[in-house]
Amino acid sequence: MIPFRLQKARTESDAIAAGRTGGRYVAGGTTLVDLMREEVERPEHLIDINALPLRGIRAEGNDLVIGALARMADVAAHPETVRLQPLVAEALIEGASPQLRNMASIGGNLLQRVRCPYFRMLDAVCNKRTPGSGCSAIDGINAGHAILGTSNHCVATHPSDLAVALVALGATMRVRGPEGERGFPVEDLYRLPGDTPHIEHTLGPAELIVEVRVPAGAYARRGRYLKVRDRASYEFALVSIAVALDIDRGVIRAARLAAGGVGTRPWRMRASEDALIGKTPDRTAFQLAAEHALHGARPLSGNHYKVDLLARTMVRALEMAGDVV
Amino acid sequence: MLSTVQLTVNGQAHTLELDPRQSLLDVLRETLGLTGTKKGCNQGACGACTVLIDGKRMLSCLALGAMHDRASITTIEGVAQGERLHPLQAAFIEHEGFQCGYCTPGQIMSGLGCIAEGHARSPDEIRFWMSGNICRCGAYPGVVAAIADAAGRNQG
Repeated sequence: MIPFRLQKARTESDAIAAGRTGGRYVAGGTTLVDLMREEVERPEHLIDINALPLRGIRAEGNDLVIGALARMADVAAHPETVRLQPLVAEALIEGASPQLRNMASIGGNLLQRVRCPYFRMLDAVCNKRTPGSGCSAIDGINAGHAILGTSNHCVATHPSDLAVALVALGATMRVRGPEGERGFPVEDLYRLPGDTPHIEHTLGPAELIVEVRVPAGAYARRGRYLKVRDRASYEFALVSIAVALDIDRGVIRAARLAAGGVGTRPWRMRASEDALIGKTPDRTAFQLAAEHALHGARPLSGNHYKVDLLARTMVRALEMAGDVV
Repeated sequence: MLSTVQLTVNGQAHTLELDPRQSLLDVLRETLGLTGTKKGCNQGACGACTVLIDGKRMLSCLALGAMHDRASITTIEGVAQGERLHPLQAAFIEHEGFQCGYCTPGQIMSGLGCIAEGHARSPDEIRFWMSGNICRCGAYPGVVAAIADAAGRNQG
């Protein structure tokens, strides 16, 4: 770890002022400290934001509002999360380990860096780590990589389970920075890699995530997260599906779908959603919806399996949400 | 630049001058000489460094000591009462919840968290909620049995 200065921010304006001079925000530190030790990240100035009053979790009407510094474990266990957005609770519990969930903040979870092994391997080229150096994964070991949204410069998946659930549910976020406060959909936080994979999100300099809002919806009660991975717990997704269904008198009225483990960003599946509207919730309808999910998929040498796995995971997740056996 | 940090470790207060690069794990092991907490992977993957920070199980290798001013830490050294083992420690011995023992302090600290959270109601639940602690000897059946036993005694 290279030497760095650690500053404790007492107020948001302290934090943002320090961020303007190039400091990096740190909350739980579970991604950043690890990457600093590997010297993949080399910040010279850290701003500890844990003293800021951003840990609240509350219902506003039937919206769920989560402070950016709330910990994953606290959000997952909160009665309002379980009541209003069971999909968010399930996606959180399926991620990381109990110890990490006690440490990691919601804002940090959304901004976590990719788990592509080459990103952490200082003797391999990586366009995310060193722009313009090349991508080792495209012709390398890429079984865990993306099949959607890839470019010739980067094929890493976004690792957050929470983000997949939030994108499916149309959650929004509020950020504050030197230019004031703004809000936007969580989906818009994430960029496609294109030819600038080192620029991963749309936050401006020194912008601080303060809050995530998950809007109410008739589909929220039937929300499920299905994560397929190499072992049953404490592993990143090969493929995951976040789904929420509104079923009224045997007909699907609304559907929300997003996938993890397959895209370079959390991947909303709008064509699949549209294919479900007005249908009877049965396997035939679910299989048809899953076919729409595969549009534009570009598998790499090692991950052709993800095409079928994505479709099958979506069908299973829809069956879970729809209580279809 | 050093930071002055107050830590209460196993009930004892310490005032320390820490380099911000020092992990809580290194502070415990090297500054305070509490070598019960183990350094396994040192990257947050194995759980050997698990301690309780303000009562919650966390990974001391990913925690910077200087970010935990005024925190209360419990390590494996603070679990027994004198010569009397904690019931979970006794259960690990009774059920052979270890072989080489390297992961055991982390397993026990994580197990204490698992029981306190109410996530030790069945073997399946224990397996899921203890998945952050890796045992290379594969003593998992004994770990699960020990936690189930101690959790049962806790309720009884």
